[in-house]
Amino acid sequence: MALIDLANPSRFLALAGRALPWLAFATALAFGVGLVMAFNAPDDYQQGATVKIMFLHVPAAWLGMFGWTLMSLSAFGTLVWRHPLADVAAKAAVPIGAAFTLLCLVTGSLWGRPMWGTSWVWDARLTSVLVLFLMYLGVMALYRTAEDPARGARAAAILTLVGAINLPIIKFSVDWWNTLHQPASVIRLGAPAIHPAILTPLLVMALAFLLLFLTLHLAAMRNEILRRRVRTLRLIQADESHA
Amino acid sequence: MKELAALLMRDIKLAVRAGGGALIGALFFLIVATLLPFAIGPDLALLARIGPAMLWIGALLASLLALDRLFATDYEDGSLDLIMMGRAPLEFAILAKALAHWLTTALPLVVVAPLLGLLLNMEFQSMTFVALTLLAGTPALTCIGLIGAALAVTLRRGGLLLAVLVLPLTIPVLIFGVAASNAAIAGPVPFGPPFTILCALSLASIVIGPFAAAAALRHGLE
Amino acid sequence: MRLWAENLACVRGGREVFAGVSFALGSGEALLVTGRNGAGKSSLLRMVAGLLRRSAGSLGLDAGEADHSIAEQAHYLGHQDALKPSLSVLENLSFWGAYLGASPASGKALDAVGLRDLSGLPAAYLSAGQRRRLSIARLVAVKRPIWLLDEPTSALDSPAQSQLAELMRGHLHGGGIIVAAAHGPIGLERARELKLGAA
Repeated sequence: MALIDLANPSRFLALAGRALPWLAFATALAFGVGLVMAFNAPDDYQQGATVKIMFLHVPAAWLGMFGWTLMSLSAFGTLVWRHPLADVAAKAAVPIGAAFTLLCLVTGSLWGRPMWGTSWVWDARLTSVLVLFLMYLGVMALYRTAEDPARGARAAAILTLVGAINLPIIKFSVDWWNTLHQPASVIRLGAPAIHPAILTPLLVMALAFLLLFLTLHLAAMRNEILRRRVRTLRLIQADESHA
Repeated sequence: MKELAALLMRDIKLAVRAGGGALIGALFFLIVATLLPFAIGPDLALLARIGPAMLWIGALLASLLALDRLFATDYEDGSLDLIMMGRAPLEFAILAKALAHWLTTALPLVVVAPLLGLLLNMEFQSMTFVALTLLAGTPALTCIGLIGAALAVTLRRGGLLLAVLVLPLTIPVLIFGVAASNAAIAGPVPFGPPFTILCALSLASIVIGPFAAAAALRHGLE
Repeated sequence: MRLWAENLACVRGGREVFAGVSFALGSGEALLVTGRNGAGKSSLLRMVAGLLRRSAGSLGLDAGEADHSIAEQAHYLGHQDALKPSLSVLENLSFWGAYLGASPASGKALDAVGLRDLSGLPAAYLSAGQRRRLSIARLVAVKRPIWLLDEPTSALDSPAQSQLAELMRGHLHGGGIIVAAAHGPIGLERARELKLGAA
């Protein structure tokens, strides 16, 4: 099947319908394996069992960033090729990306409580993720504000791309700001080498999260296409009752 | 060039005349700085310490005040259609409007900032540095705000909401603006690096802002 | 000079407003676009003015200025007057003159619409008809070959309407092109008619 066929919403729906059960199954399998591996991973000699939060926290952070990357690519599709499916992909990714980012923040907070003695520190990473979460909320608000979906799609695409340019700058600024304010006062993860006994479960969990993201995203795209069809049908109905 | 000069002069005239937004930002700035000691107490040492930060927050909010109407008024009275039919590239026309907005809103802030520093118990020399950072950083605030203003026109509603949406994008400006101010006043880092980065942020925003705003307007008028 | 459109279509908010609209106009020719409310008269004019994206079809200008788009060689008179109430009549006009064209003739244009006596007055004090006339003065002040007029006679009394008809005739006589949207006749006898939404 050529790529152009995928671009056709009807073909896409059919394909999504076939792919979804398999993706869901793969996700469940990856989570099963990953969780068992994470459970059996050795405890950290300093942090004890709390280090296991990492197996949720780190993949969630990755997927939070992955979501924005996906939206940025879709934004290109919306603005340059004006492809309707690109906007569907972007819109469907927003709440999922936001949810993963929130998961990252919450698990980070739960992890921070025993480790740092406080639920929130203005650590550079946490702050950057918080900003990312705020920007997700902004794009969601923008989609809700638009009356005309096509118009909202283009506005959101522009905001997404501007965000994509700015997020690295924000990250850099926050790192700079953080070293200025809190010179090495927080315990940082990211030792130079992670032991394979921890790294392997982490990667399996990351794969599971990625599969979960893709499954949810595909399902959300399908829903969005159907929602738009309903809207079009209603418009046609309104037009016919006029005539 | 003549087109852009005409647009710049028109926007300055509109801001200065009755009903325009010039100086409202400066007034807002003044009132915020006056309210501040009531909120945190008249401790002069504390005020001096957090003064630069408060001035920067004040400047950030003040420069957003009139910004959400930057394109909305032109959209509502049909001027935006004609601006888009002019022979000057839309990006430059937007830049001219942004410059007019900066001259009438942000520049007065820079001018009154030393006065406010006096109220916040800052040294005169520190104040000139804070004013200098505001001078270097406010163009970035204006140009980032442009994007929100253009999106507000695109969506036909949401005015201030969209101006607020772009606020997270101003975090770098805030960080380096306040850092440069603090560096000039207390150290320990030298004034140069954060100030240079602040200037770089402004220059980058002057390029990105008008482009993104023009894209938003072109797509929005469809 | 020839302005042509082929198979233009307009889709807004998922609805098709019009489709398959074609026309061609030479120098000195006028087109009157008619049709019921919502048939897309304004959309068609905005499309020619480059303010609305074509959903389909093509649009071109032969023998115009090659390095300028159609929009840059056209005047658009929309429903709004594009006037700033706090600027004076002359300031409003000379701004658009300077922004839109090379050598604006503001004084002559104000004479043409009979607003010379009010030139120092803020536009806020003008009546709806006077605002419309000031807006029309823009077409005279800056020379552009294509006039896109959306219900140009609205708010105008009959002397002002004949004044406008005179200006339009002068423009056509000088080799200009006019596309106007209106519900009724606007004083152009030889204009062709394009009826939208007839099907």
